[in-house]
Amino acid sequence: MQTSTIKKPTYVSSRNACKLCAPLGASLVFKGIEGCIPMIHGSQGCATYIRRYMISHYKEPMDIASSNFSEESTIYGGNRNFVQSIDNIRKQYSPKVMGIASTCLSETIGEDIPALIAEYKDKNQDDTDLPLFVHAATPSYQGTHMDGFHEAVLGAVKSLAEEGEKEMRINLFSGFISPADIRGLKEMMKDFGVKYTLFPDYSESLDNPCWKDYHLIPEGGTPIEEIRAMGKAAGTIEFGTVLNKGSLVGRILNKNGCVSAGEWLQNNFFIENHNMIMPVGIEATDRFMMTMESLTGTKMPEKYILQRGRLVDAYIDSHKYVFGKKAMVYGEEDLVIALCSFLAEIGITPAIIASGGESGILKKELISRSLIDPEKTMIMAGADFESMREMAQEIRPDILIGNSKGYYIARELGVPLVRVGFPVHDRVGGPRIKHLCYEGTQELFDRIVNALLEYKQEHSPVGYKYM
Amino acid sequence: MEKDNITPLANFKDEVLEIYPKKVGKKRAKSIVYTDPESIPEIQANVRTIPGIITQRGCTYAGCKGVVLGPTRDIVNITHGPIGCAFYSWLTRRNQTRVDDYNTNYIPYAFSTDMQDSNIVFGGEEKLKEAIREAYELFHPRAIAIFSTCPVGLIGDDVHRVARHMMEELGGDVNIFGFSCEGYRGVSQSAGHHIANNQLFKHLIGRDDTVKGSLKYRINVLGEYNIGGDAFAIETLLEKCGIELVATFSGNSSLDQFQTAHTADLNLVMCHRSINYVAEMLETAFGIPWMKANFIGAEATAKTLRKVGKYFQEQELIDRIEEVIEEEMKLVREAADQALMKTKGKTAMLFVGGSRAHHYQELFTELGMTTLAAGYEFGHRDDYEGRVVIPNIVIDADSRNIEQITITKDETRYNPRKTEEELKALEAEGLEFNGYEGMMAEMQKGTLVIDDLSHYEMEKLIEQFHPDVFCAGIKEKFCVQKMGIPLKQLHNYDYGGPYAAFEGAINFYRDIEQIACCTIWKEIKAPWEKEKVVEANYAYYDV
Repeated sequence: MQTSTIKKPTYVSSRNACKLCAPLGASLVFKGIEGCIPMIHGSQGCATYIRRYMISHYKEPMDIASSNFSEESTIYGGNRNFVQSIDNIRKQYSPKVMGIASTCLSETIGEDIPALIAEYKDKNQDDTDLPLFVHAATPSYQGTHMDGFHEAVLGAVKSLAEEGEKEMRINLFSGFISPADIRGLKEMMKDFGVKYTLFPDYSESLDNPCWKDYHLIPEGGTPIEEIRAMGKAAGTIEFGTVLNKGSLVGRILNKNGCVSAGEWLQNNFFIENHNMIMPVGIEATDRFMMTMESLTGTKMPEKYILQRGRLVDAYIDSHKYVFGKKAMVYGEEDLVIALCSFLAEIGITPAIIASGGESGILKKELISRSLIDPEKTMIMAGADFESMREMAQEIRPDILIGNSKGYYIARELGVPLVRVGFPVHDRVGGPRIKHLCYEGTQELFDRIVNALLEYKQEHSPVGYKYM
Repeated sequence: MEKDNITPLANFKDEVLEIYPKKVGKKRAKSIVYTDPESIPEIQANVRTIPGIITQRGCTYAGCKGVVLGPTRDIVNITHGPIGCAFYSWLTRRNQTRVDDYNTNYIPYAFSTDMQDSNIVFGGEEKLKEAIREAYELFHPRAIAIFSTCPVGLIGDDVHRVARHMMEELGGDVNIFGFSCEGYRGVSQSAGHHIANNQLFKHLIGRDDTVKGSLKYRINVLGEYNIGGDAFAIETLLEKCGIELVATFSGNSSLDQFQTAHTADLNLVMCHRSINYVAEMLETAFGIPWMKANFIGAEATAKTLRKVGKYFQEQELIDRIEEVIEEEMKLVREAADQALMKTKGKTAMLFVGGSRAHHYQELFTELGMTTLAAGYEFGHRDDYEGRVVIPNIVIDADSRNIEQITITKDETRYNPRKTEEELKALEAEGLEFNGYEGMMAEMQKGTLVIDDLSHYEMEKLIEQFHPDVFCAGIKEKFCVQKMGIPLKQLHNYDYGGPYAAFEGAINFYRDIEQIACCTIWKEIKAPWEKEKVVEANYAYYDV
């Protein structure tokens, strides 16, 4: 008999973590600002590790600078390193924006980044080429990479968005999604014929074509003008319902992140915020589309009606292969919530829902939105892969849906793993995986069905070629 | 006449330095030199990377936990700190291991104390103790190692005290030891290597006098990390020659190997940078001499084997080695002839590690390729200029940060494997003990050597010289390939390997032939973007 009680971690230590550190999330956001070079204020190792880790998934150039603390700066403060680092980056890369993330080192010694930025600007007042500065407080002992991500989104909006006369324009905070998903959303905005700001847009900067000439800073990213214009929008759509709300509860004490970027725009510039779960599956995408229709006053283009129709048709046709199957779903909280919403539609039970995030609201979100049957689901918040593995051995899911890190569990159980989210570094094409809206759901659905079919076929005594 | 690839390099230094602010340029200038084997120039190395210069280097923790201790299968490694460091070093190097009879392999686990706010404020020692208890309960390992990350040093958690305390608490059958390898501590990974070497010696080496293995000639291979199965290839080769590999530091290694390493009669040092400290300590304490060796490149492998034969002075071994070399070289020559048809005359650049940028030049030479530029990521002056410069190396604040341990002769077990006279006689025959000539002695005059190559300098190198292959790591890979130049990852070998020993050389020839002569690069320019000739053709057909 399973219950929906949250499974509290039984171990004090983390055994194969299901979360990454906050500066990684912030760096990702900075990569989504046009002309931006991220800089990590702390030891050089942080920048190196984060670069090499993001590269393993995106397989793209990943220039992230570091202010390179030594023992001396650790004792006397990193002021000099900060200034020198920015001077050198400007000389080499002439960035339009500097995105600065702190680390556990600089936060522990109490570095005041806003003050350092103010001081730098003050000293260089006469400099006409001064880059813009965006910063995020990202000590890795507070929260996960998602807290870093949303902290940086908020940081960029706070420092760049300008209030102005409202115009027909939509803000879209799409969250931590794949470059392919971002491209899909941009195409949709275009199809609706509406002016928009999608932030952060790393669809190009982290998934570039081959270049004829080398670019010191990759092309792409949300243009600064568009981030500025966010203050003039008619409405904001924000994917994800957990976002940085974990900051208010649990062990995470970061009071800076009390509001999301969408809420901040609503509170300060009176732009209505439409917060919703990430559009995976029909219902969630319908909600997104209806919001788009009401915000823009434009009917959903024919193309999407057809996509939706094909998706419904596919659900019907393949239902026989998927219904009643048990899945283990893991990853970032907002991602697993969206996946649960989709799985409920296709008849797969998310028997284990696990996240390294510790917002404290995962269960509430899942139950209040009726995304799960509490009797059949084990929710593991703040989980690591070893506790997931132990749970999976008991519950025996038929399929795993999550990132590459859970592969060893799938291997041990002998069941398929459908790779979604981040990091996907044991297969190529991580940045090209689609998850969102009708089309992305279609691809995801087909991959899940095919994984189950392949499993069945490979385990059949006869090699059936016709399923 | 051969194409002159070297002369055009001459102006690079002045040009690349222009972009930097004056002071920075002045500092970088000392790290960029032109080699001359006749009179080896001084190079600045192992100094702090300037803030804001995007470097290849990692941190002290990475060198200690990731590089030196990472490949050992039966020590449970616990990272004491916030989650990032443990996650990023979780099985990210491709060091392989063979699981032993006890089926122990902790390499796939990433243990971390996952420090939170409250641990930073109130201290994390209690949490660390609890984590050790958990690890012990789970696996009952014979050893647990604790690695410190940046905040640990700041808040004053004493991992060594915790280790002693937990050893008492858990009883005698588990060896627990800590590493003060906080990321900010040193200039690069190199500091971490040194810290790891010290603790290996203090806590593991020499704890078991059992002489294991059946072969007569007993050696250790130091500074070989079994990326892509290199250590396996070396082990197979040595076995074929009748040589017992007592311990590898630390590819495919185990606790037993470390604990009995002092029962070997010779140490071969591959990566001088990361492990020379252990080699020296083994010599001082137990009387085991060390020689610099290289199993990268077929010629180098043959040379290394012959050195071992000469050292043991046994005709039977010398003959066996010659037999093996002859047999293996037949296959090597066939593969080289095949590859040479395509690779001869091509060029390479290598910027990686603390030894690989040197060793891999051997393989490129065998492929008929010229090395235009090379440099280390975390090497010291001695890795470039040779160990003769060690007395002249200025000890800066960063080096002083690392504990220097004083080793003395082991009272009961010191046993010089060769007498002074024997060593002298062997030296007269061409063997070199406890020495390393460095990378520059073997490089062509006028070649560029750059220490701690910055991202910016790398882009300029590629832009100006278009080498046929650029060797570095994953952080550089996609930048270089965006510029239309293939990059061979020499940290993790892309998907390939082994590249060590004779079989490795053959693999490398094939891989380089494939990537350096691949035709995809011409597709970067689409047909309609190539020259106006195309338009002219259309006009012709129009008529």
